[in-house]
Amino acid sequence: MPTGFNLNYLIYLFQGMGWTVLLSLLAFVFGGLGGFLVMLARISRIEAVRRIANVYIQVVQGVPLLIILFIVYFGLGILGVSMPPLVAAGLALMIYCSAFLGEIWRGSVEAVPRTQTEAAECLALTRWQVLRDVVLPQAIRIATPPTVGFLVQVLKSTSLVSVIGFVELTRAAQVINNTIFQPFAIFGIAGVMYFALCYPLSLWSRILERKLNVGRR
Amino acid sequence: MTYQLDFTSLGAYWPQFLAGALTTLQFTLYATALGLVIGIVGAIARGSHVGWLRLVAGIYVEVVRNTPFLIQIFFLFFGLASLGLRMPIFVAAVLAMVINVGAYSTEIVRAGIESVHPSQIEAAESLGLSRFQIYRDIILKPALERVYPSLTSQFTLMMLMSSVTSQVSAEELTGAANNIQSVTFRSMETYLIVGLLYLLLTLLLKAGFWGLGQVLFPRRRRLGTVL
Repeated sequence: MPTGFNLNYLIYLFQGMGWTVLLSLLAFVFGGLGGFLVMLARISRIEAVRRIANVYIQVVQGVPLLIILFIVYFGLGILGVSMPPLVAAGLALMIYCSAFLGEIWRGSVEAVPRTQTEAAECLALTRWQVLRDVVLPQAIRIATPPTVGFLVQVLKSTSLVSVIGFVELTRAAQVINNTIFQPFAIFGIAGVMYFALCYPLSLWSRILERKLNVGRR
Repeated sequence: MTYQLDFTSLGAYWPQFLAGALTTLQFTLYATALGLVIGIVGAIARGSHVGWLRLVAGIYVEVVRNTPFLIQIFFLFFGLASLGLRMPIFVAAVLAMVINVGAYSTEIVRAGIESVHPSQIEAAESLGLSRFQIYRDIILKPALERVYPSLTSQFTLMMLMSSVTSQVSAEELTGAANNIQSVTFRSMETYLIVGLLYLLLTLLLKAGFWGLGQVLFPRRRRLGTVL
């Protein structure tokens, strides 16, 4: 019968924490790749491409991640592909991250003074060269603090994939709570674990912001 | 295997969808109003001269902003239940949302307060305004006007976040969807409809906040400039 909280439960929570970190990294890397494409589309010279990218961002940012998660999860099922929950979770988080990162990075690229682009064009650099050698190196400096800040958002949002049965930290806490029902202790510990992951990133983002002295907002 | 999307069987459930959407709006309305109050109080506390007040407000903001909303809800909902304190799910959901959005509002309002130039406050003091008058007219009004866009987008995010309360069986839009799909087995169609409804709610909320801004800040409306 249910006993108190013991070491085994703690190990189980740490395993969940590992999955949370892994899932966050997956979401960030693939979401970053997608976000880069979204950013390129948003600054494209073709109006239709800009429009489509904008609609994509508005739709993803206007629908809760939970619903995106359900649509991807059941959508994959309908397509007849049986996927482990990790794939559905990763895909949904990737879509979510790509829209937000695309918008953050577009802002950073547009924050680079226009004269830089104009000067580079005068030097007869191609459009890709202008972006790669002139704009992006400067935009990265501007983009770093909000991107690190968004990582916190990614870490927190991975908790939602617990609803499709993927056992990360939140799901692990739920499973343990269902066995021994000590919600304050278990969700408290899970909260501390999330805090231990997120708070350093928050601090880092704030330090970067101060160092690079980009006071936006 | 081919799958045909079939929305016809969901037609009969539109009252449930509507009720869910209305509940979501209701949650958002309450949480916006109370969250703003907490945000203002929290921001004043974070800038206060009283050390422990600053510390408490700081801890509140950092803890809430660095843990997931889902964990906060579970902690609150199951935690209070384990203490024998049972409250209606509506109250628990709104309470969790208020605690969460209050922390974000605190940070946003604080940024607004910090943007008020000290000389403004000194000028108000030399005019003999009371502390309350200074806070109300010289600090808070311009501060809120300046951060209004950030505040409203935070409240819109909170509306989307309210979907998470379905996990403790709140009957808002996502909760309604979970029920409908478990009866009809039309999960994909249900969530597509609900996604569309959330999109509409987002647009509705944005338009509403824009209109409210026009009414609340006549200066900005007339001059068309930001402070």
